[in-house]
Amino acid sequence: MSARTRTTLFLISAAGLAAIFAWGLRDVPPMGDYRGPYGYVLTQVAVYERHATDTVNAINYDYRGFDTLGEEFILFASVLGVLLLFRPAGQKKEDAGKKRVQLEDALPVSDTLRVGMQAMAATMIVFGLYIALHGQLTPGGGFQGGVILATVPLVVYLSGNVKTFEAIVSNPLTTLAECGGAGGYAIIGVLALLAGAHFLTNFVPLGKTGDVFSSGTIAIISVTVGVEVAGGFLVLMQSYLREIIEERLQEER
Amino acid sequence: MRLLECVILLLVAVTAPGVVLSRDPKRQVVTLSFYGLICALMFFIFQAPDVALSQITVGAVMLPLMILLTLTKLRRQNLRREREREK
Repeated sequence: MSARTRTTLFLISAAGLAAIFAWGLRDVPPMGDYRGPYGYVLTQVAVYERHATDTVNAINYDYRGFDTLGEEFILFASVLGVLLLFRPAGQKKEDAGKKRVQLEDALPVSDTLRVGMQAMAATMIVFGLYIALHGQLTPGGGFQGGVILATVPLVVYLSGNVKTFEAIVSNPLTTLAECGGAGGYAIIGVLALLAGAHFLTNFVPLGKTGDVFSSGTIAIISVTVGVEVAGGFLVLMQSYLREIIEERLQEER
Repeated sequence: MRLLECVILLLVAVTAPGVVLSRDPKRQVVTLSFYGLICALMFFIFQAPDVALSQITVGAVMLPLMILLTLTKLRRQNLRREREREK
């Protein structure tokens, strides 16, 4: 296809798209327009029914907890997919066991960066835990807290401390966290069944509104999701890192 | 408030083509990361702090990191192949 036909084809389809887009814009409701009843109902009812001040998480982990379970397994499956894709090929595996190429022990970073990043890592751990534990009270929750915690090793890497970074990322506990977190969500749902209620019913005592230990299973599920997400992202990092290490092994050969 | 919303929407509209137009993948990672931050700010201004929090870490840190690691691997692979060809 010559450049000219391509341009003509593009112009025709762009004009078509623009026309359809303009047509679609005609009936767009004004900004902030909301027609479903559930949003209004849930913001009114969530604090009373579930003792959770963050309605978003009350919806995520309780009212539509089953959907979130599915979403969590999307993340689980995609991490699993990456692991499958990056699995060490048969013969390479033996080599990697015998001769393990380390990354640099320490990166040449300035003192400012080193100290600053170490202080930041500590702050981020606290912040991540805070976000993960207060999901039912303030915006945030397990997913956000988990992702924040998973970025902490990167900050450690930036501080030049490659050894620690490797130790955190290649720790077998990450896989355990990934699997345990994902399974834990389902197990909490099954426990509700054993307690004689429907799957994922909020069967734990709700506690006092505003407390860290309130809102029953919402807080518990939020923490399990945090564990799963942090583990998942660390596993991802590990597999990417292993790819680069293997590349170095081949280079040295 | 309306003004802030307009400004942030304009910023998103400007940075998104910026990501597409930066052709060098290495630079694209930086612009993508910046675009992720702007998006997070937009979510925050439109009163979705939950989404903003995850967007900051996923869009501005994790995604660029994975692309960067992939680029590193590709570059090293290319270097190695070139060296082998020279031999």
